[in-house]
Amino acid sequence: MTASLLVPALVNGLTTGAIYALVALGLTLIYGVLHIINFAHGSLLMVALYGVYFLNTGLGIDPYLALPIAVPAFFILGYFLQRGVIEHTAHGRDQNILLVTLGLSIILDNLALYFWRSDTRTIDVPYGFDVIDIGVALIPVPRAVAFGAALGIAALLWFLIGRTDLGRAIRAVARERQGARLMGIDVEHIYGLCFGIGTATLAAAACLLLPSFYVTPQVGHAFVLVAFTTVVLGGMGSFTGALVGGLILGLVESAGGLILGESLGQIGIFIIFILVLLFRPTGLFGGKPA
Amino acid sequence: MNPDRIKLIAVPVVLAALAAAPLALGTGYWLGLATTTLMFACLAQAWNLLGGYGGQFSYGHALFFGTGAYVTAVLQVRLGLDPWTGLIAGTIAGGAIGAFCGALSFRYGLKGSYFALVTLAFAEVFRILATSVPFTGGGAGILIPLKVSPANFQFADKAGFYYAMLILFAVSLIVTLAVERSRFGAYLVAVRENEAAAAALGIDIFRVKLGAITLSGALAALSGVFYAQFFLYLDPHIAYGSGVSVEALLAPIIGGIGTLFGPLIGAIVMRALGEVANVWTDGAPGLNLALFGLLLIIVLRFLPDGIVGLIGRLGRRHA
Repeated sequence: MTASLLVPALVNGLTTGAIYALVALGLTLIYGVLHIINFAHGSLLMVALYGVYFLNTGLGIDPYLALPIAVPAFFILGYFLQRGVIEHTAHGRDQNILLVTLGLSIILDNLALYFWRSDTRTIDVPYGFDVIDIGVALIPVPRAVAFGAALGIAALLWFLIGRTDLGRAIRAVARERQGARLMGIDVEHIYGLCFGIGTATLAAAACLLLPSFYVTPQVGHAFVLVAFTTVVLGGMGSFTGALVGGLILGLVESAGGLILGESLGQIGIFIIFILVLLFRPTGLFGGKPA
Repeated sequence: MNPDRIKLIAVPVVLAALAAAPLALGTGYWLGLATTTLMFACLAQAWNLLGGYGGQFSYGHALFFGTGAYVTAVLQVRLGLDPWTGLIAGTIAGGAIGAFCGALSFRYGLKGSYFALVTLAFAEVFRILATSVPFTGGGAGILIPLKVSPANFQFADKAGFYYAMLILFAVSLIVTLAVERSRFGAYLVAVRENEAAAAALGIDIFRVKLGAITLSGALAALSGVFYAQFFLYLDPHIAYGSGVSVEALLAPIIGGIGTLFGPLIGAIVMRALGEVANVWTDGAPGLNLALFGLLLIIVLRFLPDGIVGLIGRLGRRHA
């Protein structure tokens, strides 16, 4: 296999992986703190993509400039989903939480199908087909932006959780809920904030994704399983893990596509998923077993 | 009368009522709807055995449904075998796949959310395989040739299919009743309620769970075999898609998880609701499934024991 084939596949894998990582960051935050496996994550990404799409086609707002609108809106949406729906339905049982988020995802996916049909929609942006020439490969500009932004958002989340008072409260709740409550932390509020932040990262992902991607009501499915794999591989609750896991999976998919062909390429991701679940459920960077 | 005796009487009464249903439904559209309702009830019954009685929530029951469907279709189309052989082979294959993924998952102690995710991943692997290998017909799907004759598991009228499906559903119902009344069923419920305590009492947890997923896989494959014969067409998305997995778990949870009649009641309520939504929207896709999702959340919020639990509560109030 020659370098002319390998290097573009590598670059392609890394930029795809950055997007996987971006989607997985919110999922890993929600899991790390609330211990919720959020099945609605992919569907919320789909809703965010439609939001950015309609901001662009309806109001002519560039997807990158939509960030300051979409991110706060999704933060609020996430906060109220947790406080208004999930909190009241879970009755403290893990299985129920899983089912509630599954129910939310069924509702969102199918309402989208009902209102917007299954047409594949894309937007036109002036820089959509611009590329950066790095000598051995060409990188599309939107993908380079998404790659940089994924690293930036991971750093931002790491700073928020690791270096601020809010982060300290979140870590306290994640580690010892009752103790945190006794120290006067409003645990339910922190849960809402985390779900909100996790959902807000999806809005950011949508803004960064749409210039080089498409939206359909089913688009969430393409991401949600890969995001679960990323989170499990990296270690549930670990930002570094989500970032590294996403990049690894991007490379695996790209290599799988190169060796096995398009349709079988993705199988590598699921085999990694099963193997990690079976043999190392704490992942690469995870803490103690759940 | 104690509840066990009531169930022993209720099972033949319900089956007789279902056998008489075509008299009321006619032989057209409604009978077809009743047939697919029973098909999903059978799949739901299979899920309930593992998820309801055993407490192991599978998010990938399409794995077994799809395997049953593909085994019978491939045996007919590629090897020229008859579908009754396919029914047996498909059921065995469903059980075997169940045993395989159960052995792996339970050996490594996966439970709760992790078990849910691994079943989802297994179904996805099979979906991609079915898309990629040549003998399944790939993404284009596989078509079973039309040869109407009972010997060929293809019936001239809808009533034939209805009664065939009713027999398969009766098998799933009776198997569930037998499990409920057996020592194995008691072990299974003990494992659901408290694994550590069950192990301390000397129950072999691994074998009990393995038995449940094997039986569940075989029963789910039954409904998959019927799907292939009824529609005569399959593709990887129909057989192994997440839609089937979701249907399998919605009906028992809505009807009443871990109860004998919950899956049937849930399947009937869902189909009826879906039909209302279809009439409302002139068959535009989406709204019916969105309503199922809403129903799931309402049941989780207000009816933790599903519709069966609600009926029980109302019954006690009036008694």
